[in-house]
Amino acid sequence: MVKVALVVVSHSVKLAEGVVELAAQMAREVTFRAAGGTENGEIGTSFDKVFAAVDELLEAGHDVAILTDLGSATMTVEAVLEMVDATRVRFADGPLVEGAVSAAVTAQVGGDLAAVCEAAQAKELFA
Amino acid sequence: MGELGAAWALDWMKRAQVVLGEHRMELIDLDRAIGDGDHGENMDRGFKAVVAKLDEAPPDDVAGVLKVVAMTLMSKVGGAAGPLYGTAFMRAAKVADADLDADAVVALLAAALEGIVARGKATTGEKTMVDAWSPAIDAARVVAEAGGSATEAFRAAAQGAADGAEATIPLRASKGRASYLGERSIGHKDPGATSTAYLLAVAAEAAEATLSVEVTP
Repeated sequence: MVKVALVVVSHSVKLAEGVVELAAQMAREVTFRAAGGTENGEIGTSFDKVFAAVDELLEAGHDVAILTDLGSATMTVEAVLEMVDATRVRFADGPLVEGAVSAAVTAQVGGDLAAVCEAAQAKELFA
Repeated sequence: MGELGAAWALDWMKRAQVVLGEHRMELIDLDRAIGDGDHGENMDRGFKAVVAKLDEAPPDDVAGVLKVVAMTLMSKVGGAAGPLYGTAFMRAAKVADADLDADAVVALLAAALEGIVARGKATTGEKTMVDAWSPAIDAARVVAEAGGSATEAFRAAAQGAADGAEATIPLRASKGRASYLGERSIGHKDPGATSTAYLLAVAAEAAEATLSVEVTP
């Protein structure tokens, strides 16, 4: 099992699913969860969706890196982080698409949570 | 011994549902001008859910009420307001006494603001709800230090928040979605500051109503 799993949080259901689809193509053994949109699938973010995704991955024995699209998604994630084991779950700050691909590849090759979050910053983009 | 207990907190939330329902379109319009337009809808849905939850099983102390509010807003409000107000009510719940006097009101509001600042990383002058909460606390503190009541503290806080919300109009947004608009955010009232002013106005109304019930023979 690949240790680090990724949760993609977006205001849009489709965007979250699309980012997962794209990143999974390069990281076939990594576990992903898309947590996009509000409870009823509208534009927004859902504390419950993010919490459920993280909780399920933790139960399965993963460490979890969470990526977000915009500021209020990040706030939702930070609220979730206050309620879970902070040593096993981290917010991976970076550009969503490039960061998710970079983080997924790093997880695929066995990177730990710190390495995956570092990769999510996609620093090469800004070099 | 303070004046305001669980009955006040429950009444506050009922009034919040009503006032946010009444001002749903206004908040939508304010948010359409400088944001994503979902604030009115989100607050209306969130506080309807809050009241439904509290009706199911009314907690018997202020902290219990505020905790239910926090968790429900976090779950039901899709925009930035969910985590911001959710965190505010959660931090307020942690410091809430069984019965609030004026000092306790100040402590409760200050804890709420700390939560908002921790979550949103905004300071005053950035055209956010912080610009309503901050003068609200200052005004409540003046009342508390002068020996006023909890109700008077909330009344002052409500006025401070309303003035603070009005004062966001000329500001240029530097936090949140409105910051993408830059100069074009000037001239509009901040929706989060506006909803804060409504919330604190009904906190004061509920306090006044609690008192008038108590003095009725």
